[in-house]
Amino acid sequence: MAKTLFDKVWDAHVVHQIEGGTDVLYIDRHLIHEVTSPQAFDELKKRNLPLFRKDKMVATPDHNVPTKDQHLPIKDALSKHQVDTLLKNCAEHNVELYGLGHPFQGIVHVIGPELGITLPGRTMVCGDSHTSTHGAFGAIAFGIGTSQVAQVMATQCLLQARPRTMRITVDGELNQGVLAKDIILYIISKLTAAGGTGYFVEYAGSAIQSLSMEGRMTICNMSIEMGARGGMIAPDQTTFDYIEGREFAPKGEDFEKAKIYWETLRTDEGARFDKEFHFDARDIEPMITYGTNPGMGIKITGNVPDGADAGDSFHKSIQYMGFEAGETLLGKEISHVFIGSCTNSRIEDLRIVADYVKGKKKADHVNAMIVPGSKQVELQAKSEGLDQVLAEAGFELREPGCSACLGMNEDKIPAGAYCVSTSNRNFEGRQGPGARTLLASPLVAAVTAVQGKIVDIKKHLN
Amino acid sequence: MEKFTTLQSTMVPLPIEDIDTDQIIPARFLKATSREGFGNNLFRDWRYNKDDSPKDFVLNDDTYTGAILVAGRNFGCGSSREHAAWALADYGFRVVVSSFFADIFKGNALNNGLLPVQVSDEFLNTLIQVVKANPKIECLVNLKEQTIKCGALEEQFEIGAYKKECLLNGYDDIDYLVSMKNKIEEYEKKAITI
Repeated sequence: MAKTLFDKVWDAHVVHQIEGGTDVLYIDRHLIHEVTSPQAFDELKKRNLPLFRKDKMVATPDHNVPTKDQHLPIKDALSKHQVDTLLKNCAEHNVELYGLGHPFQGIVHVIGPELGITLPGRTMVCGDSHTSTHGAFGAIAFGIGTSQVAQVMATQCLLQARPRTMRITVDGELNQGVLAKDIILYIISKLTAAGGTGYFVEYAGSAIQSLSMEGRMTICNMSIEMGARGGMIAPDQTTFDYIEGREFAPKGEDFEKAKIYWETLRTDEGARFDKEFHFDARDIEPMITYGTNPGMGIKITGNVPDGADAGDSFHKSIQYMGFEAGETLLGKEISHVFIGSCTNSRIEDLRIVADYVKGKKKADHVNAMIVPGSKQVELQAKSEGLDQVLAEAGFELREPGCSACLGMNEDKIPAGAYCVSTSNRNFEGRQGPGARTLLASPLVAAVTAVQGKIVDIKKHLN
Repeated sequence: MEKFTTLQSTMVPLPIEDIDTDQIIPARFLKATSREGFGNNLFRDWRYNKDDSPKDFVLNDDTYTGAILVAGRNFGCGSSREHAAWALADYGFRVVVSSFFADIFKGNALNNGLLPVQVSDEFLNTLIQVVKANPKIECLVNLKEQTIKCGALEEQFEIGAYKKECLLNGYDDIDYLVSMKNKIEEYEKKAITI
């Protein structure tokens, strides 16, 4: 029977099927960080259970870490305690850990791929909803809660109802100034923040295939923002080229053997999806969000919906943002620009920003922060001289972490301030209590920083 | 996990759509390393001003009390933080009624004995009107029968057979998975290893 990419990977990991549609699913790799793991380690201790397969786990602190002076002790006592607890738990259980200052440290969803831990056909989980990122390689990857983190620690398995499948095909050539971020913001604006709930998504079509791995990761990363547990893209030559030579990727003959298997990981002709959507790349323009969920996106030159048919939630949302129904966002002054997060903090993102701001200056009133996704990205940026370019343009290049995406550390956006952010969530208070977030691509963020307000970026491209 | 069979309680209405887990428990309160105490910060930024004075919010309104939260569509979207389920349970909720739940939240709730009851949009809207008109009215949730009743209103709700058994008996997934150890090891021997 013709199978989807999702079916092939899922079926290869079913240990046992329980009557009534729940599967015992084997997990190949488990990433952990400081925020969602301590209670899981505690649960194991409480139940007197050992770690079942510690070699399939990798740990790194990212959510809570400062992005300045990482060589110094963490100042915030609670953050320090949480990071220290991760260190202690990993030492106690002999789990591979990349702590602050380690050349492999970074946001879990940035380091997995760049270290070759993320591979096609694998199942991967992490106590973090943006685990969907790893699906860009043709892996089944999804976020889990802490009880499930403990389950994977104890058994390397999870109990999962098989999700339904959805394919989203985007064909055609991308317009000028349109990046992967615009594609996914466009898709979510069409499907809504709940449109993918219950589904696992495969992204396909020529516009998706034309993307780099960084771009594909941006797309899969935000699958959860439409409620989908995960997103996948079939591996191809772009994928193989990215993986080859990475720290933990198969080498030499093993790589060639793996590639033969990976090449089978594509949806068969005639395979059936529970739902299908088709979009034309030419309809996609640079995007921005105006509301308080990622489904509330418009093209940057568009207007906030008039809200005539909308309920209280819509009006509550735009009131929080300080916008009027039906108005344009063009000309709105912006005080903060954040470039970072597991969505857009990879080397390609930094290059896009540096390339745009080279020889320019950010607007005086803008606070522009750029946080690399990992130590490797930071060092790569420095070796290419991007740090100099960014510094000259008035952007502050920080050290790696989740940072102002969720403001668990000091990097917060002040109450009432507008922040154009390359992150993934514009929820109320996400970047700090009262902060107002507008999600956009790294290019839109760079142009906004220079102009100090929202503009039609097409008129400002180099 | 605490068993769940039936619950009869008054309700707290929160008819807002797309309530994300950042609202349920903001990230700055996720720094704890234990599961306890999150209830104090449940809906923190909707509930309190910066100076900790209470806002005009349903949890600060004595009119509405009870162990059942009735919330708008797409409840629990966003972050996978199980702290959201812990916060709701710690505050005293045992049931959340909505017309749609985000996947990860639903799983987290079920793993903590907090029952997500998914009803039709129509039922939800009527229930909210009923609670607002009569805040002392009680609602009966029966897991075995998979029914929710409030006055003349009644609806069936769905729940997976496996999860239903877990809740009725107070079993955790981890117990089941640990009992599968031999099968898991057998699987590992024949699995594709790349």
